[in-house]
This record gives sequence, C-alpha cells and structure tokens, in this order.
Amino acid sequence: MLSRTGLFSAPGVVDARHLAYAPQYPLWTDGAAKARWIHLPPGTAIDGRDEDGWVFPVGTKVWKEFSFHGRKVETRFLWKTGRRAWVFASYAWNGDQTDAVLVSGEGRSHAALAGPDAWHDIPSRADCRACHGQERVEVLGFSALQLSPDRDPGAIHGEALQPGMITLRDLVARNLLRNARQDLLDRPPRIPADTPATRSALGYLDANCASCHRSDRPIPGLDLDFRHTSRITREADEPGLRTTRLRVARPGAPARLQPGAPDRSLLLHRMSSRRPSSQMPPLGTVLVDQPAVDHLSRWIASLPATPTP
Amino acid sequence: MTLSFPLLLAALGATLVQAGTPSKAVIRRGAYLVQVGGCNDCHTPLKMGPKGPEPDMARMLSGHPENLQMPPAPQLPEGPWLITMAATATAFAGPWGVSYAANLTPDKETGLGSWSEAQFLQMIRSGRHLGQGRPVLPPMSVPSLRAATEADQKAIFAYLRSIPAIANRVPAPGDPRVSH
Repeated sequence: MLSRTGLFSAPGVVDARHLAYAPQYPLWTDGAAKARWIHLPPGTAIDGRDEDGWVFPVGTKVWKEFSFHGRKVETRFLWKTGRRAWVFASYAWNGDQTDAVLVSGEGRSHAALAGPDAWHDIPSRADCRACHGQERVEVLGFSALQLSPDRDPGAIHGEALQPGMITLRDLVARNLLRNARQDLLDRPPRIPADTPATRSALGYLDANCASCHRSDRPIPGLDLDFRHTSRITREADEPGLRTTRLRVARPGAPARLQPGAPDRSLLLHRMSSRRPSSQMPPLGTVLVDQPAVDHLSRWIASLPATPTP
Repeated sequence: MTLSFPLLLAALGATLVQAGTPSKAVIRRGAYLVQVGGCNDCHTPLKMGPKGPEPDMARMLSGHPENLQMPPAPQLPEGPWLITMAATATAFAGPWGVSYAANLTPDKETGLGSWSEAQFLQMIRSGRHLGQGRPVLPPMSVPSLRAATEADQKAIFAYLRSIPAIANRVPAPGDPRVSH
C-alpha cells in the first residue's frame, strides 16, 4: 500500500516533513494534475558537484501523484535503497481515494480516461527505467535547472510555485545541497536563449525529450541531444540553428528541424503523432500536447531560414 | 602454490575472456540459439533460387534491404486475412503499420555495432526499440526472446556481434494506412 511507503503522517495527510516541489518545465502527461514530494533522510544532503547529475543520499524517497478530472489515479514512487540501487513502484488509487495499492511490474492499462477514447496507463517498471535510467538512475524534474529561482515565465504548462514548495534557494539555505558551485544562486541555471520563445521551446525539449536524447547516453545512430547544457542550447544562440547535426541526421534524411519551415520539421511530425510506431515521446502519453506543438511550430517558423546543407 | 607460465597465461586468458570478450563457447551457443530461434526467417532476406525462395546468406541477418523500397501495402478487405508480407520476408504490413526486419549485423552505422549489451537486454525486457523507444513491432516475438535465460540472451548478442558486418540501413516503420 502507498500508505506504507512513508508518504503520509496520518491517513491521507502528506507528512509535512516531505518537500513539495514543482519543476519549472513539467513533463507532458496528457494534462494530468500532478503533485510531487521528496524526502531526504535527516542529516543527509544532495551532492550537487555535478550540476547535471545530482547524487541523492541513500534513503531518498520521491513520490509523484497523478490526477485526472479531479480524481487521484496513480502515485509513482522512487526509493534509493543503496549507493546504486533504486526501487521503482507505482500505486493505483482505490475508488474511495483513501489509499493506493501496489501495481505489478507489468503496469496497468486503462487506469483512467485521460480524454475521449484515450486511456491513461500506469507504466511498467521497464518503462520507468526507460526514462529514469538503468545503471545511473535520475530523479527527473528535480534538478538545478528545474528548481532554479530564475524561473521561465513562458514555460509551456508551467505551474505556479505554491507556498512551501522547495526551490534551489531553500535547498542551499537548509544545507540540503552540498558541493554545488559557489555562485549557484548568483548565477542560477537558466537556458541561454536569445528570445523568450527559444528559451521555453528548449526548456520543453529538455524536460520531455532529453531523458533519452542526450549525449552522455547516446542512442546508437541518432546523435541527438536536447539537454539544456548541451550542444543544442549553445547553438540556440546562433542565428537560425545552423548546425547540420540538429537539422538532419545524415545526408538525404528528412530535416529534424528546418528553420522557418515547421511543416518540414520531423520533430513536429513525431510530436504530433500518437501512433506507436512514430509518436514522441514513445511512452507515458496518449494525447498530443497541442499547446506545445503550436508553440514549437511558431518558434520554428520564426527561426531565420538557412540554406539546406 | 606457484603457477607455471602456461598455467598463468591460461588463468589470465580465462579472466580476460570473462571480463570482456565472450568465449567461443558462448558465441557457439548464441549461433545455435539464433538458428533454432528462426532469426534468419525474417532478418535474412529471401532470394529466388533454383528451387524457389531461399535465404540470401550473403546478406545474413542484415534485415530488409535498403534498396528495396516498398510500395504502399495492399489494403485487405474486411475478413480474417490480416497481414501482408514482402517477397523477401523482411517487410510486413498489418494493423500496426509497416514494419521492417532490423539489421542485426554488427555494422556500426546501420546495425547493432554501436549497441551495448545492456541496451540489447533492455530491449528484450521492455519490448521497446533500444530499450527505450517505440514498441518493437510485429511479427517480432519479443516474449519468446524474453523467456530465454539472461545467459542465453547475452550469448545471442555475443554471436550477433561476431558475424560479418553488413552496411544496410533499414527503413523506419510506417504508420498504419488511415481509412477515409
């Protein structure tokens, strides 16, 4: 049962010692309302020397609750039980909304209606690891960029910080983040971009695509990197995103992103698909994120067109 | 106890084999499993021989030939017939769309050459391309592969990494045809 994971201090009451948070660039999950909490064992802290790969103390627990149409559907649970060992679990809420039961490793299909004829599935453990990693597990959505006090006001589906939610500033003040660079709060993480539209577009790609498309865990044959610290971000400062790698996978292949031409950008085609063979992201969503497609279309259309290499 | 030089070499050799390169026995086991598992049935294109279609072993396990561009799949009428297949037995069309047999040779650009063993195992566990992408599509029977022991799954990967690399870029799968 979810109630045995330590989330609650009393039936249905989240323990006030857990830290609620809201990433500035949320992952698209078919419009689900989400609540998130993290627990760090007393006396421990996150090792923040690698800004892109925080190391969490053993005993860290993270919960993420999903609701559709005002009803809690599932809570996902991550628990660090050893230096390199994490437990993954998903809990399905009962009809009375009083507690949630552990779902088998295969996940559960048709857990809730996310939209007309579109069912939300509770992911399998294998799917959890597809995004969170195998050997080096990451707590997605809880990073220096996601908790930065320099919050993007134009973030797609951005959530307002509620009173009491943890930020990077709080983590430092409460000594819950150690070994981070000295000027972390003077120069908080921010996606470098020459326009607000580019900033929010790259933030969206970082949150929704970069758990797989990243240079430190390359997908064979793809050479695509959407992490904010990486090549794509730096190139955002260049007029027209000129680099051929971003634009085409290889000579003769369709353009991934054709500045000035959203209709010729494969990225948008994949984002707009919910057919299993072509949709992106490939899991965790059954509905197209239309506001994001619209934003990225406008952004790509606004980029100066450059000659095809 | 002092090991003689040949014994020391043998011991060291065994360690090296365990640490990195799979042994010949493991590769042989993988070859056997690929044979009895019928991997060639879809991943090696058929060619027309004197007695009819036969596997083109010059293109062993290299998947759907990149130079064979398939026309749109025929639309079957309502009824029990569901799937169509290319003459090479490397392309298939059904309700899921069009799928092409992958290049399983160790070519770095177009095959398994840049896959890690962990990615191969995760592909089997998750049923997803590269262990994290789209679902592996029919007619590939991932559950059968999942039923093998991890040692056997590793042996299959070891064998596939040992065969001749063939550069052959298999097309991406196609979406199902939309009826209007």
